[in-house]
Amino acid sequence: MPLEARDVSFRYGRGDWVIHRASLTVDPGEVVGLKGESGLGKTTFARVVAGYLFPQEGVVLLDHAHLRRGCYNPVQLMHQHPEKAVNPRWRMRDTLKEAWEVDDATLAALGVEPSWLGRWPNELSGGELQRICLARALGPETRFLIADEITTMLDAVTQAQIWRAILARVRESGLGVLAISHDGALLKRVADRVVEMVDIMKW
Amino acid sequence: MAVVNMDGEKERVLDRAPSLEVEESFSNTASISPEKSEPDSRSSKRESALLLEVRDLAISFTQYSKGLRQRTISPIVDLNLVAKRGEVVAVVGESGSGKSLLAHFIMGILPGNARVSGELYYDGLPLTRERVERLRGREIAFVPQSVQFLNPLMRVGAQVPVKGKKKREKEKELRDIFARYRLAKGTERKFPFQLSGGMARRVLLASATARGARLMVADEPTPGLDDAAVGEALGHLRELADEGRAVILITHDLEQALGMCDRVAVFYAGTTLEEAPASDFNGDGHDLRHPYTRALWMALPSNGFHAVPGNQPTPDSLPEGCLFSPRCDIATQICFSERPPKRELRGGWVRCHHAA
Ligand code: SF4
Repeated sequence: MPLEARDVSFRYGRGDWVIHRASLTVDPGEVVGLKGESGLGKTTFARVVAGYLFPQEGVVLLDHAHLRRGCYNPVQLMHQHPEKAVNPRWRMRDTLKEAWEVDDATLAALGVEPSWLGRWPNELSGGELQRICLARALGPETRFLIADEITTMLDAVTQAQIWRAILARVRESGLGVLAISHDGALLKRVADRVVEMVDIMKW
Repeated sequence: MAVVNMDGEKERVLDRAPSLEVEESFSNTASISPEKSEPDSRSSKRESALLLEVRDLAISFTQYSKGLRQRTISPIVDLNLVAKRGEVVAVVGESGSGKSLLAHFIMGILPGNARVSGELYYDGLPLTRERVERLRGREIAFVPQSVQFLNPLMRVGAQVPVKGKKKREKEKELRDIFARYRLAKGTERKFPFQLSGGMARRVLLASATARGARLMVADEPTPGLDDAAVGEALGHLRELADEGRAVILITHDLEQALGMCDRVAVFYAGTTLEEAPASDFNGDGHDLRHPYTRALWMALPSNGFHAVPGNQPTPDSLPEGCLFSPRCDIATQICFSERPPKRELRGGWVRCHHAA
């Protein structure tokens, strides 16, 4: 039951196409690496696939059907700056609770320390916050994770920890992952196959 | 509160700095003596190579939370760093390790409630707050992350202070500097919004070098850049060092830094755990001295992607002994009770009881 982008094109207003006829399929339990330099529309593509932007052309299908709105999104998106993805006025506990009742096993698997939950976002480092965001994204109904440069700002140890936790989830519960990065060595390490942004589009 | 959030803090400081620098460049350019501030490779051989030294730095803050409860946090515990002329020293570590706060300390822009101990020497003399205020933006320059450092309302040529008395001399100097940074003719007449990110960064570097900087502090100068832009930005820093300046490159990206730096200082929970020549990062890391440095090296995607479990301790709950002891698999009794002192080892130094 794959996640599939079929010939999707997107542009802002009447501007140039940011992505044009981009097609890509991610199967459950599969990690697909998407590589490319900045400015090639990787982030726009991520937002389209996760259902945050509507493509003007083409479709995004989950299990061969359109993504549904107004319910828990089984396609979760994470990006480079976790500090921009959390409410600065909420303690971490509340940020998590809004998404789902995160269980202790998940927190432990992601290396989230219990003491972080009582803290405000500005009291945590980028790596700690990103792990909170990952816990939030990995609810029981999450089937696909779109990971857009999620460890680009992190040190190598934290990067390896986060990716190993994601890969464990891929093996255990068949999570499908679209790993977007400019870092070829990282993608080679985490992905089953790697495609270039330029190669998935048609002009 | 705000102090724990080093990133937020950094942003605020960054916001303030540009106006400062721009002001300085216009009120004080005349007083800069070019002979004195230009780096000179001949004289640097005579002088000691050492330009900046941070010795046993500790920084703490007292926070008051609700109900007048008071707690002390220590984001910097035991930092040592030297910057030498002609060298790039990379400061690596994860976020929260004290990297950015160190930069703020060197630039003399710590928040007022910081308690500081330790010593800071620049060019052989203590770098006091008054002295750093005189040198900042001139001898000591900050390489900012983003275009926002340029004054948006001013043509970029006017933001690069140049030597020379006559208008003609100044124009020539400006042209030379711009040519060096591969900024096309006419760039000086543009406004910042008309420049690409790469061009804006080159203008910033041109501006810093035109003021005769001898020490460059670059705090995460390549955030989110693609490989080509990273290569260019780091290449410029390398050149600045090759011309006799001292460069401190603060980064979370060990791999990027290793391609161009001479030495690496590894920060962890506010402490320098090791300083090593860049060439010690090779193979399975057996030339490295500290278990955390080795962990960092072996965590690179091309080196095995090993993930040491556990987290860097937070500044309000540091372990009593070695800061890495909760995660170290060769820890012994002494590691949990005593902080390892700094000691020299094989052309570098380390804070570990068992490094050999
Ligand atoms: S002092 Fe002990 S715990 Fe710390 S790094 Fe060395 S061996 Fe490990």
